[in-house]
Amino acid sequence: MAKYLAKRLIMSIITIWAIITITFILMHSIPGNPFMKEGKMPKVVYENLQRKYGLDKPKIEQYFIYLKNILKGDFGDSMKSRVETVNDMIKRGFPVSAQIGLQALLIALIFGPALGALAALNQNKIPDYISMVIAILGISVPSFIMGTIFIQFIAKNVSWLPIGGWGTFNHTILPSLALALMPLAYMARLMRSSMLEVLNQDYIKTAKSKGISKAAVILKHAVRNAILPIISVLGTLISNLIVGSFVVEKIFGIPGLGSFFVSSISNRDYTLIMGTTVFYSIILIAMLLLVDIAYMIIDPRIKLTKEGR
Amino acid sequence: MKKLTTIMSLLLVMTILITGCSGGKTDTNKKILRTNNSSEPGSLDPALAQGTHESWILDHVFEGLFKKSEDGTVVPGMAESYTLADDQVTYTFKLRDDIKWSNGEPVTAYDFEFAWKRALDPALAADYAYQLYYIKGAESYNNGQGTADDVAVKALDDRTLEVVLESPTAYFLELTSFYTYYPVCKEVVESNPDWAKDPSTYVSNGPFKLTEWIHNAKIMILKNENYYDADKVKLDGIEFAILEDENTAWQKYLGGEFDFLTPLPQAVVAQLKAENNSELVIGGDVSVYYYNLNTTIEPFNNVNIRKALSMAINRQTIVDKITQGGQLPAEGVVPFGMLDENGNEYRDGVGNLIEYNVEKAKELFQKGLEETGFKAEDFSQFSILYNTSEGHKKIAEAIQEMWRQNLGIEVQLENVDFQVKLDREKAGDYQISRAGWVGDYMDPITFIELWESSSSFNDAKFKNDRYDELVKTAKSTVDQKIRMEAMREAEKLVMDNMPIIPIYFYTQPYAQKSYVTGVFKPLNRYPVLTYADMNK
Repeated sequence: MAKYLAKRLIMSIITIWAIITITFILMHSIPGNPFMKEGKMPKVVYENLQRKYGLDKPKIEQYFIYLKNILKGDFGDSMKSRVETVNDMIKRGFPVSAQIGLQALLIALIFGPALGALAALNQNKIPDYISMVIAILGISVPSFIMGTIFIQFIAKNVSWLPIGGWGTFNHTILPSLALALMPLAYMARLMRSSMLEVLNQDYIKTAKSKGISKAAVILKHAVRNAILPIISVLGTLISNLIVGSFVVEKIFGIPGLGSFFVSSISNRDYTLIMGTTVFYSIILIAMLLLVDIAYMIIDPRIKLTKEGR
Repeated sequence: MKKLTTIMSLLLVMTILITGCSGGKTDTNKKILRTNNSSEPGSLDPALAQGTHESWILDHVFEGLFKKSEDGTVVPGMAESYTLADDQVTYTFKLRDDIKWSNGEPVTAYDFEFAWKRALDPALAADYAYQLYYIKGAESYNNGQGTADDVAVKALDDRTLEVVLESPTAYFLELTSFYTYYPVCKEVVESNPDWAKDPSTYVSNGPFKLTEWIHNAKIMILKNENYYDADKVKLDGIEFAILEDENTAWQKYLGGEFDFLTPLPQAVVAQLKAENNSELVIGGDVSVYYYNLNTTIEPFNNVNIRKALSMAINRQTIVDKITQGGQLPAEGVVPFGMLDENGNEYRDGVGNLIEYNVEKAKELFQKGLEETGFKAEDFSQFSILYNTSEGHKKIAEAIQEMWRQNLGIEVQLENVDFQVKLDREKAGDYQISRAGWVGDYMDPITFIELWESSSSFNDAKFKNDRYDELVKTAKSTVDQKIRMEAMREAEKLVMDNMPIIPIYFYTQPYAQKSYVTGVFKPLNRYPVLTYADMNK
């Protein structure tokens, strides 16, 4: 196990380095720069700005300076904000996004698999159709439409639900719901198909023929096995949810991390682009590792070392 | 299954742990006006500000030597009086004797001298440093050749500030009301370079002071009791939410969570206007929406082609059917609201320089085609370049269709990321591109100077010696008659060459609840909430 973790750690560092390098190259090859705007920009002012942020240095030098700083955990100064560094932005934005994300995940985890299992157990019957209609809606209706609908029809009519903004737990309810729908639907569909597959397995028949009660068969044998595919998508899903969604955060006015992923690129805020990308990569890699470990715990057939993989 | 339950409950605990939000309570006895500042300021340091998302707050917490009054003119603010020497470039400002910083210390002429030199410091790299280039020695200090001592702004004593300009500037007093010219507290800034990052160390001299700043969420300013005119300030404070989504902000206004709101979604303005809603105010603005024509490439280097393209656009239709916010069809490059040498509307002295005339457009277009050897079909290889936005798209589509119907050409539309558009404009890699400009101050030169050949915003690459000469004249004398004459001639000249196609003059619509009074909007500023009152 320790050996496996060490190997994974080294792989992770190499992956992150590759991501930094590729992002750096891509970022500098798109047209534009952080200081261009619609309006006057005298050459003097432009050069002062370039110098201040070290953009006047050769690209390769900038790259090594960046690598050096990142080893110290310093993501640098944002080129658009004179108030917060990139570290500040991540530090304040991440807890906000993570809260919404985890709440959404919780909603999705509670209702998604349940809905899927319900559908599978009632295949081609009314509950199946209802669940799958919900699932298809959840997957196909984009969150900006859901968000708008929530604001228009729920927040406006329910006095204790604020229309947008940030501050209290009530502010988090609608955005969490809006964010939860898509993973909920996705999990429901995943659960339904894997449950259907499991229900046809021999060991379920064996369990049934042994006279175990229907509830026990479903809970102990069917659900436990059917849930595995869901666990395997959890890593990516959690990472995506906790770093925030651009759309949901924008519509509900949430001061999270999600909006930086898009705004940093449109602003050509180089340091913020790198910061968000690297931060997301670290989260994603960590989550994938956690999922692999969780997998091993839940499914004894999987071994992470040697013969198992 | 048990393990699964464990994971689930762990997640639940994590969620609850992170959910440690505090409730935002507002004291209901206080008069706090609630509104929205559409995006997070990049800084609330006046020297570093560069846009309305910063200046709307700054205009309420700071005040310059002069300030904007309700009737749009500039009146003394921190200054009590001034004299202009016979050389037309030496200003001597006398400061009021009752002005204090929010920390109780007096505001002195030394604070102004310090603030202006600081904004010009090349190491600070302020975007808007160029707003101070009117001052003698300012540009050379900013580009690293000169020193701070060479900048001709000097405090003679606590209450006297002497400024020498590079050349006579008729609108200098107005410039002193602009945020780059705001003072900062020398003592505070010198002892703490990070003073502007935290409300607890933030010191300002205006009607309000900064008390809370939750990044990307909220900015709170409360009445500054040290402000000399505090008796007239009726609000206890202003709460600015920071919400980017216009529609969500509008829903909050409808739901009673905002008392005042700008900007408004386009569709909302059209609807409120149609139903004559009394909460809607169409505020004036001095800005122009226009298309650049790249005059360095064929066939756009041909004046007849350029004029034909302009003449084939029905601007009235665009403002009536598309923008629908009370915008006015452009009549030239200078919007309404600027005054001439006699205090009359500048536009009246120039008249409408733009014509919608399909017949004449066809004629000019034919002539242009013959002169350049191009055919109407060739225009299908040209495109209108605009940054991705629903609003720009609708206008571009309308113009595309007008050109198709009136001139029989099929230009393409090309939407790109904003930075890409800017990059291509600078590089001259475009044929037609959308642009806009908001006047910095109330003088036509803020528009006219854009097409001077060395201007950094002359993306149409217009070059005309007579035009450059006229701009120079207008920028080097304070004799308004000579200046205005020069600018009128310059505007006629640029419209006669049509390197750019002005489309409409903007407005700034805003909504205020019926109980809000006392808000006014200077033409080139965001609405001033300083003297607002709420009678709920």
